[in-house]
Amino acid sequence: MQKAILGKKLGMTQIFTEEGLMVPVTVVEAGPCVVTQVKTQEKDGYRALQIGFGDIRSTLVNQPRKGHFDKNSTPYRRYLREIRLDNTQDYQVGNEIKADVFAAGEKVDVSGITKGKGFAGVIKRWNQHRGPMAHGSRYHRRPGSLGPSSSPSRVFKTKHLPGRMGQNRVTIANLEVAKVDAQRNLLLIKGAVPGPKGTLLTIKDTVKR
Amino acid sequence: MNIIDTLEQEQLKKDIPEFSVGDTVKVYVKVVEGTRERLQAFEGTVIQRNGGSVRETFTVRRVSYGVGVERTFPLHSPRVAQIEILHRGRVRRAKLFYLRNRVGKAAKVREIQGNK
Repeated sequence: MQKAILGKKLGMTQIFTEEGLMVPVTVVEAGPCVVTQVKTQEKDGYRALQIGFGDIRSTLVNQPRKGHFDKNSTPYRRYLREIRLDNTQDYQVGNEIKADVFAAGEKVDVSGITKGKGFAGVIKRWNQHRGPMAHGSRYHRRPGSLGPSSSPSRVFKTKHLPGRMGQNRVTIANLEVAKVDAQRNLLLIKGAVPGPKGTLLTIKDTVKR
Repeated sequence: MNIIDTLEQEQLKKDIPEFSVGDTVKVYVKVVEGTRERLQAFEGTVIQRNGGSVRETFTVRRVSYGVGVERTFPLHSPRVAQIEILHRGRVRRAKLFYLRNRVGKAAKVREIQGNK
């Protein structure tokens, strides 16, 4: 991976391409991010960038974090995330990463936390089918049999059952950047990305080639 | 104004003539043939306008060789080069789907007199 940026999902809309096709896009407020720490092979055992994103009032920053920011006199940021890049030597503490690191037409991977669905049944959570709702079936939306009885006389691990759904970190791979607006720090990404509006997103150049 | 509305506003065409359901219009559409680009005209009655902002579309109906043909255009699409208004129609509906069930003279929309 060569480049990455943090962003906030603003919502979806549609734009026309030059050929006149209408494409669905997600609008992401991407950056400006500031490099707050560069982790090196010698000192930390691996190479990574720590970058900060989002304005924050200084009263909301706790003392340990303030110390971390003040050490390199970088501005306070709401979110700090670590990103492992191949070319960390190109970055220095205090550098700014803006939306224009990406160009229209490039492919990116977008990670974020999906919308929480609460305690969901097997139909919603595992795409199972329901039984007949009428004719006295008495079997509507239940998970069904959990397995054979005497052998193995236990329920297998990973058996699809009801439970908490959503709020997972998910990466959507190979999305196309439809447009970049460097002035307003906007990335328009073709298709949908995880999470509700306001979600923190990590956008990297894609691992698929 | 929030950023998504702003993005949509920027894409709206500013030179669209005011027209409404019932009007007879001629729509010039850009058609790409191989490498060449030319304008193709489609003439008929506007039977609906749907949606808002960049998503607004309009549907034009005409009867050609006895077959009803309807085309729906995105109003703000760069492919729709020009919209020419030929007649203003007097209608009492927002959607003129009843025209589909009529033939001949009954399928006509009355024109507003003394007003182009």
